[in-house]
Amino acid sequence: METILEIKGLRKSFVNYEGQKIPTVDIQQFNLYKKEQVAIEGLSGSGKTTFLNLVAGILRPDEGQIFFEKEDVAILSESRRDLWRAQNIGYVFQTFNLLQGYSALENVILGMAFGKGIHKDFALALLKRVNLAKHIHSKPRQMSIGQQQRVAVARALANKPKLVLADEPTGNLDRTHARETISLIQEVCAENGAALLLVSHDHGVLGKLKRVIKMSDVNRAGLPVEAERENNPVKAGA
Amino acid sequence: MSTIFLIVGRSLRQHLLSTCVTSIAVGLACGLLMAVFAVQTQTYEAMTAGATRFDAVLGARGSPLQLVLNAVFHLDVSPGNLPWKMYMAIKNDPHVAKAIPYAVGDNYRGFRIVATTPELFSYKSVGKNFELEPGGRFFDPNKREAVVGSFVADKTGLKVGSVFNAYHGIVFEEKMKHPGQFTVVGILKPTNTPADRAIWTPLDSFYRLSGHILRGAGTNYVAKAGEAIPDEYKEVSAVMIKFKSPQIGMLYDQMINRQGKVATLAWPIEKVMADFFNKIGWFHNILTILAYVIAVVASGAILAGIYNSMNERRREFAILRALGAHRFNIFTVIIMEACVIAANGVLIGFVVYTIVLSVASAILRAGTGVVIEVFRFHPVFIFAPIGIVFLGSLAGIIPAIKAYQSPVAENLVPQS
Ligand SMILES: Nc1ncnc2c1ncn2[C@@H]1O[C@H](COP(=O)(O)OP(=O)(O)OP(=O)(O)O)[C@@H](O)[C@H]1O
Ligand SMILES: [Mg+2]
Repeated sequence: METILEIKGLRKSFVNYEGQKIPTVDIQQFNLYKKEQVAIEGLSGSGKTTFLNLVAGILRPDEGQIFFEKEDVAILSESRRDLWRAQNIGYVFQTFNLLQGYSALENVILGMAFGKGIHKDFALALLKRVNLAKHIHSKPRQMSIGQQQRVAVARALANKPKLVLADEPTGNLDRTHARETISLIQEVCAENGAALLLVSHDHGVLGKLKRVIKMSDVNRAGLPVEAERENNPVKAGA
Repeated sequence: MSTIFLIVGRSLRQHLLSTCVTSIAVGLACGLLMAVFAVQTQTYEAMTAGATRFDAVLGARGSPLQLVLNAVFHLDVSPGNLPWKMYMAIKNDPHVAKAIPYAVGDNYRGFRIVATTPELFSYKSVGKNFELEPGGRFFDPNKREAVVGSFVADKTGLKVGSVFNAYHGIVFEEKMKHPGQFTVVGILKPTNTPADRAIWTPLDSFYRLSGHILRGAGTNYVAKAGEAIPDEYKEVSAVMIKFKSPQIGMLYDQMINRQGKVATLAWPIEKVMADFFNKIGWFHNILTILAYVIAVVASGAILAGIYNSMNERRREFAILRALGAHRFNIFTVIIMEACVIAANGVLIGFVVYTIVLSVASAILRAGTGVVIEVFRFHPVFIFAPIGIVFLGSLAGIIPAIKAYQSPVAENLVPQS
C-alpha cells in the first residue's frame, strides 16, 4: 500500500520556563497509508497536539523528515508550506480556532478559500451534515461549544483535503453528536479518499477506528514531570 | 481576492471606532492640504488679476501697495489726496484710455463710500463691468444719490429708495455722522470683486458734505450750496487709469515715480499685488508645511491604529495561516486596510475641503469682496488623494511586516 505520510526521526523539544530543553516529540518511524484512518490515544501532555502541529507544518521540527506523498514537507519554505497546507490538510483544532468575527458559513468558506477555491454550496452542505443548517449565519460566540466544534469539523473538511487531522474532534460533544460527528468525518474522508489521523481519549470514538496507536508506543520523548510522577511517584522523588 | 476583501472589510468593521477616527484624521489632513493650495492659488489669482479693470492707480506719494489696497480693494487708508489738475492732465492725455477719479474717506456702517464720476459705470472693459439689478439706475452726478455694491446691499439691507447718511472715516462711528442723506438709486449685480463691498456716490455730493474741506488750491475751501465748485479747489484720493499700451505705463512710471515727487503710480496693479504675495509667501509656506505635517501625522495615526489592533488580531492571523493563508495574503490584508482607511480619509477630505473653502470664501468675500470658488478644479485634488493613499499604504507596511513575520503555532493558543 502507498503511504500518504511517512515520518522518520522526528524530534521536537520546547524550552520551559527554567530554560531547559524538554523533548516533547521523538518519533522514530510512523506511517500512514492512503485512505487509512488511524487514532492516537495518549495521556494529557504526551505530545499529541504537538505531533499534529508538526504534521500540519504549523510547527517546524528540530530534526527529522515528514514525507507527504514522498515529498519532505518539513524542509519546504514557509510560503510553500502554507500553500501545501491549504491544499492538502484539513485540521480540526483541539481549541477549534474559529475566527470570531465571522459566521459559521464564512469560517467554512475561509477553510477552502486559500486552497482549491470557494464552493459555497459545498460549504452549506457540510454545515447541514453537521446539523448546523440553522446556524450558518451565527458567529462563534452565538453558538454552544459543541456547535462550535462541529463548525470546526465542517471547516476542516471544506477543502477536500488528502489528510484530515482531528485533535479531540468530539471532546465537547454529547454521545449522540460525538457518534454522528465521527461518522461524518470518517464518511467524508472515505468519500474523498482522504486519510485520517485522529486524536482522542474517548473509547466510543477509538472503537470506531480500525487502527489505534498509543502515543507512548511511538513517542520516545519523556512525559512531562508531573505525568511521570503520577505514573511512578517513588522513582521521580529519588 | 474576494477572500482578502472579506477579511479587510470584516476587520475594518470590527474596529469601527478606530477605523472612523483614523479616517477622520486622514480626512482632516487631506482636506486642509487641498484647501491650503486651492485658497492660495485662487486668492493669488483673484487679487493679482481679474479684480480690477484698470492698469494703474495714481495717488499721493507713498506706498504703491497702500494705494492699491485702498483704491482697488477698499482696504487700508488712503495715503492722501491729489489736486484736480493732475487728474485732468492724465484724463486729457490721448495715450490714456480711461482715467477715473476716486475720492474716499467716508463709510456707511463700515462699508467704504467711494465718490466718483458716472464714467465708472459707462466704461466697458475686459474686466467685470458694472451691471444693475433690475429696477435701479446709475446715480445722477449732481444729486445726492448712491449706487450700492451687492455685498453691501446684502449686509445692510439697503435697496432702491433707501436713504442713509455717510459717516466720516473708515471705521463706523455714530458720532461721525455727516448730515445730509443719500438716496439709493441702484444696486449692482455681484461682480465677485472688491467693488461689491463699496458704495458709489457722485464726486460733487462728496465735496459738498458738511465737514469736507477742500485744499486743492493750498487754501481751505468749503463748498457753497447752489454754487459750482471751482476746479482748482477740488481734490481726488486716487485716479484709476487704463493706458492705451504698456509703453505708456512705463513712461508714466518713469515720469511720476522716478522724476516726480508729489504722486505715486502703482503700476501695474497686478505686479504690486504679486509683489505683496511674494512678501507674504512665507505665510503660505508655513501653511503648506503645516498641511504636510498633518498628512504625516495622519499616516502615523493609520500606523498606530493598525498596529494597536495587531495584538488582538495575532490569533486571527495565525488561524488564517493555519487554514493555509499565505503570509503574503496577511501582508496584503493589512496594506489594504491602511489603503481603505486612507481612501475613506480622502472622501472625508473632500467634505472637509468643501467646508473649509466655503468658510474661507465667506471670510474672504466679507473682508475683500474677492470671491473664491469652492468647486474650481485644482491639481491638488489629484495629488493630495494619491499622496495620502500612498502615505497611508506606506504606514501599513510596518504592521504588515510584523504580521508577516509572526509565527503561527505560538499565536494559535487561545488568548484570554
Ligand atoms: N509552545 C510550547 N512551549 C513550551 N512547551 C510546550 C509548547 N507547546 C506544548 N508544550 C509542552 O509540550 C507538552 C505536550 O503538549 P501537547 O499539547 O502536545 O500535549 P497533548 O498530548 O496534546 O495533551 P492534551 O491531551 O492535554 O491535549 C506539554 O508538556 C506542553 O507543556
Ligand atoms: Mg492536545
